[in-house]
Amino acid sequence: MQLDDTDRRILRQYLAEPGADRAALADRAGVTPATLWRRLERLREGGVIRAEGALIDWRALGYSLEVSLRFTLDKTDPRAFDEFIAAARQVPEVTQIETFLGRVDVRLTVIARDMGHYTEVYRARILGLPHIAEVEALLLISTIKDMAGLPL
Amino acid sequence: MTDPDDLDRAILRALAEEAGVSAGELGRRLGLSQPAAWRRVRRLEAAGVLAGRRVEVDRAALGFGVTVFLGVKLAAKGRVSLEDFERAVVAIPEVQVVQHVLGLFDYRLRVVARDIADFERVLRRRIMTLPGVGQVEANVLLTEERRPGPLG
Repeated sequence: MQLDDTDRRILRQYLAEPGADRAALADRAGVTPATLWRRLERLREGGVIRAEGALIDWRALGYSLEVSLRFTLDKTDPRAFDEFIAAARQVPEVTQIETFLGRVDVRLTVIARDMGHYTEVYRARILGLPHIAEVEALLLISTIKDMAGLPL
Repeated sequence: MTDPDDLDRAILRALAEEAGVSAGELGRRLGLSQPAAWRRVRRLEAAGVLAGRRVEVDRAALGFGVTVFLGVKLAAKGRVSLEDFERAVVAIPEVQVVQHVLGLFDYRLRVVARDIADFERVLRRRIMTLPGVGQVEANVLLTEERRPGPLG
């Protein structure tokens, strides 16, 4: 779909602060609220905006720990990626699955209530995932920036 | 907050998929009255569990074909100021996510670029010139998937 400058301005403002009220967003993008609404609908229909979901703060639900687990897979088996990902989807504590080109093949975000719970999930569920060659953990200390904004 | 019950979990699952679902529609799906569904959503918001909105866009359609995750190690720990690094890195428009982590790296960054050449420009001119930056590892994102997490 073709995008013009108005679409880009609207998207830039919306992505920078998706929770802002519509009148404020319209104002910042220099359009009327009706135009904002119509353009956003068109961007949804055109597939440019794919999904708009609520953000869940897992810490507020008692999951105080977030760990980024980086895996290298044993790629001698051509089904390694598919089987690893299918098995990772079965672990409820996994909130994100990403695949990469680089030294890391797959990354999982794993949340846990505390260190004891994490150890349990790691030993019982994560280490049992198929085709793991190497795994490294990064423990999240704090998120300093988390925005979907694009330099449009 | 106190442990969410099954209805709270169902509400969180529905809103994580689609933030715009009205209280009336939520109520119909879950067999609650509109005011009862609204009260539960308000309570989850007040507890900080519902923490805003996440918008997913077709980045490639907007001209951003490349997303790269960087692991950054600071050069001389103790002598560089984390605050200086953080202040500079959050100001880079191509950097969407900055996380302070414990492990092989000190920071995890998510960077968007138009293409590999544009990524190289961001890496050389913006990232490598950050105060205190040391070793950097790059992994190009191929696919990503969000999971419902422990709401089942």
